[in-house]
Amino acid sequence: MSGETHEAVHRHEAPTSFIRKYIFSLDHKVIGIQYIVLALVAVLVGMTMSLLMRMNLSWPLTHWPILGTLFPTGAPGGIMNPDFYLSLVTMHGTIMVFFVLTTAPQGGFGNYFLPIQIGAEDMAFPFLNMMSFWVTLVGFIVLLAAIFVEGNTTIANSALGVALGGASGATVGPIGGWTGYAPLSAVGMAAGPGEGAGMNLWIVSIAIFCVGSLLGALNFITTLLNMRTRGMSLMRMPLTCWAWFTTAVLALLSFPVLLAGGILLLLDRTVGTSFFIPGGLVFGSSVLTTHTGGSPILWQHLFWFFGHPEVYIAILPGMGATSHILSTFARKPVFGYRAMVFAIFAIGLLGFFVWGHHMFISGMSPYSAMTFSILTLSIGVPSAVKTFNWLGTLWGAKIRFTTPMLFAIGFVSLFVAGGITGLVLGQTSLDLPVHDTYFVLAHFHLVMGVASIFGMFAAIYFWFPKMFGRFMNDRLGKLHFWITFVGVYCIFVPMHTMGMVGMPRRYAQFTEYRWLDTLHPLVVFVSIAAIVTVLTQLLFYFNLVWSVFRGKKAGTNPWEATTLEWTTASPPPHDNFAGVLPVVYRGPYEFAVPGAANDFVMQTEPDAESPVTEGVGGNGHNGRH
Amino acid sequence: MATTVGTRPLTKTGIGGGPKSRGPNGNSSPKRNGHDRAFPDLNSAANRYRIGMWVGLASILMLFTALSSAYIVRAASANDWQPLTMPRILLLSTTLILISSGTLEAARRKLKDASSNAHGRWLLVTVALGIGFLTSQLLAWRHLVRQGIYVASNPHSSFFYLLTAAHGVHLLGGLAALAYLLLRTRAPQGDPLAVAKSQAGADAVTLYWHFMDFLWLYLFVLLFFVR
Repeated sequence: MSGETHEAVHRHEAPTSFIRKYIFSLDHKVIGIQYIVLALVAVLVGMTMSLLMRMNLSWPLTHWPILGTLFPTGAPGGIMNPDFYLSLVTMHGTIMVFFVLTTAPQGGFGNYFLPIQIGAEDMAFPFLNMMSFWVTLVGFIVLLAAIFVEGNTTIANSALGVALGGASGATVGPIGGWTGYAPLSAVGMAAGPGEGAGMNLWIVSIAIFCVGSLLGALNFITTLLNMRTRGMSLMRMPLTCWAWFTTAVLALLSFPVLLAGGILLLLDRTVGTSFFIPGGLVFGSSVLTTHTGGSPILWQHLFWFFGHPEVYIAILPGMGATSHILSTFARKPVFGYRAMVFAIFAIGLLGFFVWGHHMFISGMSPYSAMTFSILTLSIGVPSAVKTFNWLGTLWGAKIRFTTPMLFAIGFVSLFVAGGITGLVLGQTSLDLPVHDTYFVLAHFHLVMGVASIFGMFAAIYFWFPKMFGRFMNDRLGKLHFWITFVGVYCIFVPMHTMGMVGMPRRYAQFTEYRWLDTLHPLVVFVSIAAIVTVLTQLLFYFNLVWSVFRGKKAGTNPWEATTLEWTTASPPPHDNFAGVLPVVYRGPYEFAVPGAANDFVMQTEPDAESPVTEGVGGNGHNGRH
Repeated sequence: MATTVGTRPLTKTGIGGGPKSRGPNGNSSPKRNGHDRAFPDLNSAANRYRIGMWVGLASILMLFTALSSAYIVRAASANDWQPLTMPRILLLSTTLILISSGTLEAARRKLKDASSNAHGRWLLVTVALGIGFLTSQLLAWRHLVRQGIYVASNPHSSFFYLLTAAHGVHLLGGLAALAYLLLRTRAPQGDPLAVAKSQAGADAVTLYWHFMDFLWLYLFVLLFFVR
């Protein structure tokens, strides 16, 4: 099956000590799993926070004794105060966007499978790879520390807390949303609860995360350009690799901008510069006299120049995995491989020129708003190319409805459902009325949040046999899929309605807004759907852990797939191919090749020995059509 | 022909998809399409340092692009901008870093000539010039501090301190890389892979240093000659 091979240089021997093997490992596979575990932990924290928010929205002013015990100042008597809610919004968003949607798809699966899929022994710079994970982990710990210094009066008023900027203790973390808009985030304690030490730590955490991501991106790009095995031309790479590569380029060019913004913001907060703080701000009864001349809009520009590519950083790997998995289980080549590659690039490129659509109500010139609007809508073209190519891949196929395939199809569904409202929000005139309402919330949760997560679910069910040599339980997996799939639609479709009625985002409760009372049953419905969906994820966690030890054993190529990771053992040896690098002879999706012995042809399968003449099928047979 | 084809057989699809009609030679043989040279070869293994450096420079470029656009926006929108007078010692800094680029280039070429002694000497000169540059930058800071101009004094001084510090931190990284090259001069040079790696490492560090040189020139012009 694996064709012509040759000896490769053993650059590194497998480590033997526990610490070098599992903790400070240089092996991209171990680092990938570390990233995935980090994301699995972070997503639990983020989901818990979203449940707390839903509880407060649907049953406001209810007495939750446990909250009162855990956060005596944030939820006095067990009743959540608005500051507490707003800090939940902030921490939920930050954790989910940075430590789940950026780590798992790229750092996790990309790290594990990009080198194997291009036939490399490891990443180009294993040490930098290790550093990128540990730096990211430090970023996560600093972010969690923000909960304790900002939300706990004991710590906040200790010497350490005061040194870090003090805090009111009325929250569970900083307040500012995941976008941390200035000047609220820039002026410190004068702006109220949630703007003390926790906000400093929030900025530091994001800055650390930027550095970690940059190290990762550098590694991905170099590895892909430099370490492809013999025969692995660019246009023979699996679409997953194209997606990870484009994602790495986006990260490489956008994270430095966020880093720059973070540095400026931190300077505003700590040394008294005025990059983002205008003069004469009024807080309560006091006027801020220490700052002059700064521009809060400047922060928005810097943030969204990063923030919009970040959206694609989250979803492109999911697109890659979906293309890969759809093709495998449809037993058909990806429809329009070349178009898919260009679409990925087009989405990545356009992603850099549309940040202004997040700022339509910032008072920007209508002319630039129109430019941003047109560029934004043009992203619909490559997105539609991808969608139709996915449908084309499925068209007329004899589909194998495995769990990963279900999630991949779910990804397509969610991407369309969430993306279509992007066409509404991308137009200035339609955006203005629904801006900062639940409509926006529903849009980006469906397309950036849930769709990306579905891509990752598809990926984990698909690659789990390769990573651990065992299948995940199929029955549990399908149950997980159906409840989650129906659940997320039940959560986010009603939110569109709420948004169109005018329900604003980031409000702790709506008890004072009588005209929204009619929506309350819908709010409760969404909360119940959210609770069911979140509880279902425990099923997934159970399946994951159980299958590592007890899952059905999987062979080398359990899905009858074609790419290089399926030519090596499950799990792969330390240097991926046991010292013999594979040679690639063909494209990644040769399913249903006319005249071939199997319905799939591995990338490593050499051509027929006999010379092939013009007009004859690739395998030396007359193609019988 | 017993296949489990699930679809109509495809005669021809694009690259990466299904089967393609091949030329008389079978155009998918690895010789035609892949890396033509022996694999894995030395150049490829060493080349990653050069590629990695270019990629890394792209991200550093973006960092300073973001900071300079903030500078331009802030300068254009403010009525509290008080231009600094240029500390004259910055001319010394500029001269030192310009010379250091030349000496490092000399060191890199001497590595090619396999006369390792000269290579090490030029490296030392470069390190000295680099330290000289940083000292001169610090003196410029002290000069401003003596006049009572601090980071938060006005937007121009904020940006001056910030940009020089950001550049200085990156230059410190460059000094660390030079120290690494100096250590490598002591390593035995028999192994061809080690030689290729040394050359690639020296190329990468030189590239970085030149970039820092041009970056300083750019920042210098931006800070004091554009208004």
